[in-house]
This record gives sequence, structure tokens and C-alpha cells, in this order.
Amino acid sequence: MAEITLKSLAHTYLSDPRSPEDYAIREMDHVWHQGGAYALLGPSGCGKSTLLNIISGLLEPSSGEVLFDGEVVNALPPEARNIAQVFQFPVIYDTMTVYDNLAFPLRNVKTPEARVHERVMEVADVLELTPQLKRKAKNLTADEKQKVSMGRGLVRDDVSAILFDEPLTVIDPQLKWKLRRKLKEIHQRFQITMVYVTHDQLEASTFADKIAVMYEGQVVQFGTPRELFEAPNHTFVGYFIGSPGMNFLEVMARDGAVMAGETELAVGQGVHDAVTRANSTNIKLGIRPEFIEVHAEPVDGGMPVEVDHAQDLGTYSIVYLTLGNISLKARIEEDQATPTGQAWLRFPDEYLGLYVDEFRVEIDHE
Amino acid sequence: MNKVYNNRAWWLILPMLLLVAFSAIIPLMTVVNYSVQDVFDAHTRFFTGTEWFKEMLNDPTLQAAVLRQFAFSLTVLAIEVPLGIGIALLMPKKGWQASAVLILVTMPLLIPWNVVGSIWQIFTRGDIGLMGWSLRELGYGYNITASPVDAWATIILMDVWHWTPLIALLCYSGLRSIPDAYYQAARIDRASKWAVFRYIQLPKLTNVLVIGVLLRFMHSFMIYAEPFVLTGGGPGSSTTFLSQSLTTMAIGQQDLGPSAAFSLIYFLIILLVTWVFYTAIMNMQKDDNKEA
Amino acid sequence: MSHSSPTTPDAVRQRAAAADNRRRRRARPASRQWRRRGLMAAYIVFVLLPIYWLLNMSFQSNTEILGGLTLWPENFTVEHYAKILTESSWYMGYVNSIAYVLMNMLISIVVALPAAYAFSRYQFIGDKHLFFWLLTNLMAPPAVFLLPYFQLYYTVGLFDTHVAVALAHCLFNIPLAVWILEGFMSGVPKEIDETAFIDGYSFPRFFVKIFIPMISSGIGVTLFFLFMFSWVELLLASTLTSTDAQPIASVMTQTKGASGIDWGALAAAGTLTILPGIVVVYFVRNHIAKGFALGRT
Repeated sequence: MAEITLKSLAHTYLSDPRSPEDYAIREMDHVWHQGGAYALLGPSGCGKSTLLNIISGLLEPSSGEVLFDGEVVNALPPEARNIAQVFQFPVIYDTMTVYDNLAFPLRNVKTPEARVHERVMEVADVLELTPQLKRKAKNLTADEKQKVSMGRGLVRDDVSAILFDEPLTVIDPQLKWKLRRKLKEIHQRFQITMVYVTHDQLEASTFADKIAVMYEGQVVQFGTPRELFEAPNHTFVGYFIGSPGMNFLEVMARDGAVMAGETELAVGQGVHDAVTRANSTNIKLGIRPEFIEVHAEPVDGGMPVEVDHAQDLGTYSIVYLTLGNISLKARIEEDQATPTGQAWLRFPDEYLGLYVDEFRVEIDHE
Repeated sequence: MNKVYNNRAWWLILPMLLLVAFSAIIPLMTVVNYSVQDVFDAHTRFFTGTEWFKEMLNDPTLQAAVLRQFAFSLTVLAIEVPLGIGIALLMPKKGWQASAVLILVTMPLLIPWNVVGSIWQIFTRGDIGLMGWSLRELGYGYNITASPVDAWATIILMDVWHWTPLIALLCYSGLRSIPDAYYQAARIDRASKWAVFRYIQLPKLTNVLVIGVLLRFMHSFMIYAEPFVLTGGGPGSSTTFLSQSLTTMAIGQQDLGPSAAFSLIYFLIILLVTWVFYTAIMNMQKDDNKEA
Repeated sequence: MSHSSPTTPDAVRQRAAAADNRRRRRARPASRQWRRRGLMAAYIVFVLLPIYWLLNMSFQSNTEILGGLTLWPENFTVEHYAKILTESSWYMGYVNSIAYVLMNMLISIVVALPAAYAFSRYQFIGDKHLFFWLLTNLMAPPAVFLLPYFQLYYTVGLFDTHVAVALAHCLFNIPLAVWILEGFMSGVPKEIDETAFIDGYSFPRFFVKIFIPMISSGIGVTLFFLFMFSWVELLLASTLTSTDAQPIASVMTQTKGASGIDWGALAAAGTLTILPGIVVVYFVRNHIAKGFALGRT
């Protein structure tokens, strides 16, 4: 059991990196606290798996340090770090039975056979593998194999952490859900630090207490699913989290108003001041589709928009709107009437986010 | 894979079948024909039945050759298979070194068999050969034309030199097809080097090893050119293997009947051993499935 | 996020210990690395030594060879190579060998491809027996077939031609090719075929345009083995030829002149037989390094 600290960590696969783009992991600091359930979320190629392999010791970082409970472990190979990792595709030892597979990590460190038996039976029970224990691992189905892979990580009760690298990729959707809950259950039962890599926000938010969103080799935000949703730190998090992603409008302050292109936006004084103060040519206002108010009739402070079309998704629908020449998406609950033709919008100030050079800047609402 | 039942597939097989039949069935029929006759000349021949077979099976020189052949085949297999696996494990996996080592290791396989014999003849001669000369300088009276032990050891060394690369090549290729994740998982599971070999590498090598062992058994059982060039079968008949006995009888002495009978016995021995080996392996794999 | 630089003596000591640990950890794999390289190098020396000796001798005059043991050519000469490359009795041996090997590779691969496809995709009457019978041909000792082959090819008038040897080598090369290719083809999912047929491909077009490129590395590996077994075989090749199509390997056996064996020429000719093999391995090295698993799983 350990707290895992990453200190000025950076990694590149090139021998002669020139620019930040050459780095798979750009310099970063991060702490995974003991006993937490974390997700590492990001699109393919953002460096998630690289980061995971650095933590487990399969890769040695180009610079910076990895600390387990304050001790630098950079040079320790995976076998000395006491860490478990589950890979995207099931890795099982074909010729062994399921029982021997599960016992393998324990027997490798000469655990007494009685203890091995106890642990294997416990883990098999949790993963519902007990009926298969005597079977050759080769003949299992893909999801059973993946359960065996996970079991080999879980069977070691003394591990510092268990790392999951998109472990449910090969699993059927229904079983996916079940296995994810199983993992959550296991986490609650054993209180082991778990880091779960995925590109699926739903998977991340159902599993993890806190999610680290990665983008271009950096953790751009680390927070609870709710924080990521309500206050994305970075425009990327806004796009990536939520379905559909956040609306962003490029804005500038001109003639005492906040302009998006040629359209004047109806926003409060606090927002206006913040935009005026921002000293940059890259200023964006962000708002979640869920928080845009859509009215069929003109309202006070409302901006007229054209409704292009609506997409009915059952319990809610997404309407596609055009404000001036900016496209927006808004989410309408099923009990609300879906407007057609013309509508009026309002951006509630408290849900507007200001992004200067892609990073969030707090707005002082008086 | 679920295969479709379709007898038109025979059309795809047909050209291959005709060619192989031409090279295999017609000559085999000739052999069978000879084996039951006594041929004096083109027009005079007698039907002898199983006479030649009986004679061949009771011939002590041939019995000795068969034993010698088995001893040879088993010895080279016992050396070449573990050595080949070891070499495959040692071979570099990346970069120019991988290509270079691959080419160097494979080289002996692509040398015509009698040239292999010549190379070793040149290498081991006491007067002009590096190995023969060195051994003599070191005080060992090395002489493959007089000492059967030296002749045997040299032929086995030559075969190891010649054929270990085949096992190494097949195993290397088999090893390369193991995904990295397996090695990574094994490190995470704190598996020892031995455990990695035993539970990851060896299981993945089973198939190529079956093929390697079969090919090696068949070829070692048919060995002809290399010992013929190197020792000529001597000293005495200590390194005369089956192929050489057969060619001497058929071409040298023109004993058509007996040599044909001998051919068939020879062929059947190889078939039988291979079949036993093959079914044994297949049964082992089947049992695995049944346990499930 | 939270981290502190080591300011307390305890932390400093801890870091020093970790650094020490790191050095020790690195030292061990490095020595293992060198042991691996040492063993590999030893094996390569074992492989190369006899070949080096052949090479060494091929650059020496016969007087130097017989005059005493020298570790490298003291009077470097290419006279043997010059002789081989200028006398047609010598160099035609190479031409003949290469001619029948290429013919055999072509014939074998052309008939083996459809046959292997049939075995990997269809069930038909007698398929299993046929496959087993094919494999038994791999096991036929060439010595068994010497005499019948001689008579057969003599009768049909093919004796002492390249075709005769190429056809004779089909005995073991076609089964080998079918065997290897079948393994590779079974690794290609059947859905590929079905998709192509739905897309309106005819069988021959599908086979040439889609299927063959997909198993190109299998074909590479197969051609390598075909070359290997045809190039190295001597017994059949020398029995089925006398003068016009004689392979280099059997030309070499005739270096015994009145004054004993012409060692230099033998060594030079032997050296030249190694070269084509090296070229072939060079071409397929990546297919082999990519990893393949022969046989059915």
C-alpha cells in the first residue's frame, strides 16, 4: 500500500527530443493517494499507457522521479515495486489451470501453500471464477481470461497499487458493466490504490472517485467527476467530458460589450469585466449544453437564435442552434417543448466559464 | 475455423496432386514392383514374394546400420533441440545486430550438403585442417580415418553445426510472435527467468518444436552426403548410415530386388516413428481439451 | 501537487540509499547482458570457424595449402576463383543449380498456393488422408527413389535436364510448401474472403489481388525453405544429370585429379555455393524476425 508521487516527470521515446511535441509525457507533478480509486482519462495517444508503464516500472522515465511513499523507485524494476498491472488484452499462462494462474504471483515469491490457497479461493470467489478453477486457462472465454488476469493482480494483498490499462476493451458491453462494478466492490473491500486507464468517460466516472484527464502528455485536470463536469479547467476537458461536449465561443471585449464575432452577447457585468481584464487574443466563453436556457418566447436578456434541428435521444433532446454565425448545442429535457424556427437563449452567468489561452480563469461574480 | 464442405476444392488440389503423384506414386510403384521380383535382365524376372523382405530383415549388416542410424538420430536430436532453443533465446531481437546474427546463424543451412562434408573434411584433416591440426598440436592423436570414436564425434559435431540453426531459426521466429504484454505481465507477476521460459516461451514454442523435431528426425534419418564426403562411411562401417548402405546396394551392386525391399522397410521405419511421435503429441493436446 | 525537496537529514539519507539501490540494480542486468553476448559470440565463432577455414584456403595456392598450416593466406591469390569463373565446366554448374532451383520454386509455389487454400478453407472427401499422405512424402528418403527416378526420367526423355531435377525436388518441396502455407492461410480470417466475394470479386481476382498480398510474409518464408531444400540436395540432383544439367555440388566431387584433390578449387567452389544462400536469407530476414509459428495450432 503506498502513496504514489510523480515528481517533474517527463518521458520521450526519442533519443533526441527537440520540442515539447516530442514528449509522450510532458513535465508533470502528481500524487495518487493511498487507497484511492482513480481513473486516467484521455483520448488515444495522449500518454495514458506510457504514464501507467512508468508507474509500474515497465518503462523508465526520461527525467523526473517516481516515488512510492516518499522513496524514489525510478530504478526499481516492476518485480521490485510490488505493483500489479492488468493489460488491455488478457494475458494468461495457457498451460496452467485457472488455479495455478491465480497462484502464480504468490508462488513466485515462495508464499506458503496454505496462504496461497486461502488467497486464491478468496479472489476466485470475488471474481466468480470458482467453478473454473480446475480448467486449463487456454480454454476460457475472453472475459473469463480477463478475469483471471485481474485476479492475478488482486491475489497479492500487499501490492502498492493495481494499475488497469483499459482492461475491459475486449469484454462484451453487458459484462463490462458487471466487471466494472466488481472492481468497485473489490476496491471497497481491499482498499488498494487503483489507477484505471480508459478513454471512456462513463467508465471513468463510474469507477473512480477522482479522474485525471490527460491531453497531449499532460494531466490537464484532476478532480471528481462533478468538478470535471461543472468547472473544466481546460477547454479540452470541456470538449471531452460530457455528451455532447461544452460549447465554446471565441469572444473579445469591444465598445463596452462582449462580442462573439459580430454578435453582442448578453452577459453580466462580472463576465464583461473579466473578459476586459484578460490580456490575450485567445479568449473563450464556455457553457455546457445542459445549462443553456432555451425559450420559445422572447425573454429579458435573451438572445435570438435560429433552431437548425433537434435530435431526440429519448429522455432528452439536443437542439442545434445558430447564434449570429456561431453553432451551439443545447440540451432540452423531455418535459420541455422543443422549439422550432426561432428561439431565445440565455446564458446564466454562474455557469459561464472564461478560458484564456485555453485555461480556465475564475470570474468574479459580484 | 469452420470449414465449408465443398468437393469442388478438389480442383484446387488437382495440379498439386498430379505433380506429386508423378514424383511419388510412379516411382514408389516401381520400388514395390522390384521388391517382389528377382530381376536378371530386362526380360528375365521371377516373382519372389516376401523373400527379399525376409532376407533384408535378417541381414546383420543392415540391422547394425539401423541401430547405428537410431543412435545417430537420437544423439543429434538430444544435442540440437536444447542447443537450438538456447541460441534462439540468446539471439538479439532488434536492430542491425538481429539481422546480422540471423544471417550468420542461418548460413550453414543453405550450404549444399556435400559442400558441408567438404568444409568439415578440410577443417578436420590432420595436415591442413585447423581443427585436426590443433587437436594434434594439443597432443590428442585425432584421426577420423582410423578411430571410429573420432569419426563419430566429428560427424555429430558436423551435424550439430549444420542443423542446430534450423531449430534456432524456427524457435526464434516462434519467440518473436509472443506479444510483449506477456513478458510485461510476467515481470509484474515477479516471475523468474526460468518461470518465463517454462510458462510463456516454451508453451508458445510447442508447435514449432514439433515441426523442428520431426524435420530433424526425418533428415537425420536420411543423412547421406555429409558423412559420405567426410568419412566415406568408415573407418570400417562405423559411420555407414542407412542411405549409404542403400545406395551402395542399389547403384553399386545393382541388387535391385533386395535394395527395393530394403527401401520400403526404410521408408516404413521413418513413417512409423513419425506417426508415433505425431499421434503422441496430438493426444497430449487432446487431453488438454478434455480436461476442460 | 504536494512534494518536498529533501531538507531533513532523514530524507537525504533515504534518497542516497535509493540512488545506491539504483546503481546496484542497474549493474546486475548489465553483467547478464554481457554473458548473453559472450555466449552468442561463442556460438557464432563456432559457426564461422569452418567457413573461415574454407575461405582461407580458397585464397591460397595449392602449394601453400599443402606446404603447411597457415592461419591466413600468406600469398593471397584469386587463381581458383578465376579458374571457376572462366572455365565453363565449373561455372555452368552454378548456372544449372540456380536454374533448377528457380524452376522448382516456381512450380512448387504455383501449385501449392491453391492447394493450401483448399486445405485451409474447405472440407472435402478425403481431405485429412490426402494431407497426411502429402506429409509422408516429406519423409521419403531420396535414396529410396534414386533408381526408379533414374529409370522414369530416362524413359520419358528428361534425363540430364533441369526440369528433371526441378520435378524430382517437387517430391518434398510441394508438401513442405503446402504445409507451411496452410498454416499461414489459416491465420487469415475467413471473413476476408466472404467480404471480397460480397464485393463482387471473382475467385481468381480475389486470390491474386487480396489474398496473396495478405500472406506475403508466409510466401516469403515458404520460398526461403523451398530454396533451401532444393539448393542443398545433392543425391537426386546428381543422379538425374550427367553433363548438361550437372549441379555445382556434383561438379565439385570431380576435383580429384591425378595429382590428388585440388583443394584450392574445392574451397573456392564451396565458398561460392554459400553466397546465394546469404542473399536469400537477407531478403527474408524481416519475415523471419517478425515471427511466425509454423503448423496448425
